[in-house]
Amino acid sequence: MTTTASSTGTRLTLAKGITAGLRRAMENDPKVLVMGEDVGRLGGVFRVTEGLQKDFGEDRVIDTPLAESGIVGTAIGLALRGYRPVVEIQFDGFVYPAFDHITSQVAKMYARSLGHVTLPMVIRIPCGGGIGAVEHHSESNESYFLHSAGLRVVACSNAEDSYWMIQQAVATDDPVIFFEPKRRYHDKMVVDTSASAAPRGLYEAVVARPGEHVTVACYGPMVKTCLQAAEAAGQEGTSIEVVDLRGLNPLDTETLFASVRKTGRLVVVHEASQFLGFGAEISAQVTQECFYHLEAPVLRVTGYSTPYPASKLEELFLPDLDRVLDGVDRALAY
Amino acid sequence: MTDSDVVPEQAAAAFGVTHHENVIGTPKILSDGGPETIRFIDQDGHRIRNEVNLPYDKYVDALTEEDGRRLYRDMALIRRFDAEGTALQRQGELGLWPGLLGQEAAQVGIGRAMRPQDYAFPSYREHGVAWCRDVDPVNLLGMFRGVNNGGWDPNEKNFHLYTIVIGNQALHAVGYAMGVQRDGAVGTGDPDRDTAVVTFFGDGATSQGDINESFVFAAVNQSPIVFFCQNNQWAISEPNERQTRIPLYQRARGFGFPGVRVDGNDVLATYAVSMHALDEARSGQGPFLIEAYTYRMGAHTTSDDPTKYRDSAELDIWRERDPLLRLKSFLLSLHETEQAFFDEVDREADELAARIRTACQEMPDPPHSQMFDRVYVEPHAGLEKERDEFVAYQAGFEGEGN
Ligand SMILES: Cc1ncc(C[n+]2csc(CCOP(=O)(O)OP(=O)(O)O)c2C)c(N)n1
Ligand SMILES: [Mg+2]
Repeated sequence: MTTTASSTGTRLTLAKGITAGLRRAMENDPKVLVMGEDVGRLGGVFRVTEGLQKDFGEDRVIDTPLAESGIVGTAIGLALRGYRPVVEIQFDGFVYPAFDHITSQVAKMYARSLGHVTLPMVIRIPCGGGIGAVEHHSESNESYFLHSAGLRVVACSNAEDSYWMIQQAVATDDPVIFFEPKRRYHDKMVVDTSASAAPRGLYEAVVARPGEHVTVACYGPMVKTCLQAAEAAGQEGTSIEVVDLRGLNPLDTETLFASVRKTGRLVVVHEASQFLGFGAEISAQVTQECFYHLEAPVLRVTGYSTPYPASKLEELFLPDLDRVLDGVDRALAY
Repeated sequence: MTDSDVVPEQAAAAFGVTHHENVIGTPKILSDGGPETIRFIDQDGHRIRNEVNLPYDKYVDALTEEDGRRLYRDMALIRRFDAEGTALQRQGELGLWPGLLGQEAAQVGIGRAMRPQDYAFPSYREHGVAWCRDVDPVNLLGMFRGVNNGGWDPNEKNFHLYTIVIGNQALHAVGYAMGVQRDGAVGTGDPDRDTAVVTFFGDGATSQGDINESFVFAAVNQSPIVFFCQNNQWAISEPNERQTRIPLYQRARGFGFPGVRVDGNDVLATYAVSMHALDEARSGQGPFLIEAYTYRMGAHTTSDDPTKYRDSAELDIWRERDPLLRLKSFLLSLHETEQAFFDEVDREADELAARIRTACQEMPDPPHSQMFDRVYVEPHAGLEKERDEFVAYQAGFEGEGN
């Protein structure tokens, strides 16, 4: 399996990659603030902000009242005053009280002000399922944000990316929705934290595993699943190219189209429900731009178009190795 | 009799409370609610008569010793049920369990003050209210075992599904109460017809827009609703002072309806105040806020580790205010209650625990296609297609291994 991490460096979990990245961002820029529910003394329910309040104080790491609309609404004001807030939403399913601010104000402020004000804020959302949680703790709601022009949307899939991407997101002058795959929070990787610059751009897609026969495009929690599927398929003689999209909006179409033109086949994998999921947009763009290279229709392997089920059923809802391989087989069958 | 509201300097330091400029106000975590708190039995089980509780006296005086024992039994049984929930989570039978340890009196007091036609809109911790509404406790386990997302019929016992998104249920409750008004089921004087709605939420929840909006809607409509806030001092790791600068019950005044603070660890007090508030609502006097001042003695949920953010000395103080111990001393100070009663309740609790345990372990996994069921009331072709694909795909595995 290919890995892009350097072999020297610090061994970090995906969660601690974000912690380290945030710490560095806060050291570099006194305007960077962290705010959310339980992010201070507790360090967040996933401990992503652990230790930050102790070191940067209560003015910069704010345990907010329990109100997501309030959190994002006041983050807007802080940004207007020159701060760079990094907001933590405790779980994907709890972002909706803030949805009004995110779609009506955060996404549009730059355009509304004809460029006079920017909102350089990051909204971190632990996303996706697979942890056996109760309702509202396992959702993949990226489509809502991808559909709202003015927001940049990224998804990290490993510790090196979480470390660098959070810093890049904080440095971005546009608002960024930052998805963190919660079931991969504890996955470890060696990260070169001494490097002075990120190895790649925030929105650059990466070929996580090169292959010949079919492209599998994925992001966030599904990258690991797809790499495992590619490994399994490789042993049976099927060569899968796994593209970790990383940037969802903007989408690195150059990398994606190049891969599809090479393999002639594309399977898009995500946890979110199929209907109007990100796979639909990718499918449309690839069909339009790579039509003459396609040997098969673009296929999607996704969560079903149902509410996220009770946790005893989530393994059936979520794409797994077998379902990815099934999608690959169907693509190859054309 | 009551503890002072003022936290000594050293105690504050022991709690890691720095008197940072931005953290204004004395931490009240050791406070028992202050002099405005309505209370009928003190920590040692003595009956209190004072000006604050006088208006509610009649409800307590109407209770027999037998009623007191019933309230004790309710609290003891739900405490045991709750402990079983925690144990089942530890043993992997449940994915998560939000405990109610310490909040039994708050929940039983109002639960027993409600009438069959009243309706409850809970958050996720109201196992004691569910018990009083006669909801089979086994039903409460389903969502925490991951076999469903609620499952019971809310209209069977007038106990709505648990709501996890903080604050949502309060607006549903107000809307329901607006329906009650339109049905003419308020202020008729008929005790079997007049209906009140109760919604439950925590101290943290009071920061949510939904809670504040529900106050506005209820006030504007003069709806028959009781807002029952269990102030257990903590919203996961955040203490009260991250949510409010005034006692929560005082918020009601700004919205235009009465609010009181009751000792949430004194079941006679929560019962009496709830009786009053519900009577007011049913008779058309409009909304009422009850702040039940209590303490979350356990973790937020089984996923939480409170040692990360609070001092165990705080728990020690609140242990002395244990709602069960308090009622027990009170009952023992009366005439007819013997130790044998408590032994009998313990035995009953053992039975309940055993029943819960078995029922939980035997709870069947849901059918695979459950996630496609009942998404829409009317047929939906797109969903049917996905279901067919799902069924066909799963069938491919069934042949395997044959
Ligand atoms: C909208 C929303 N945001 C965040 C959460 C995560 N969460 C669950 S419980 C909780 C704290 C609730 O505190 P409080 O209202 O005091 O109720 P308690 O749990 O103490 O009974 C939080 C932040 C949630 N469930 N819903
Ligand atoms: Mg609370």
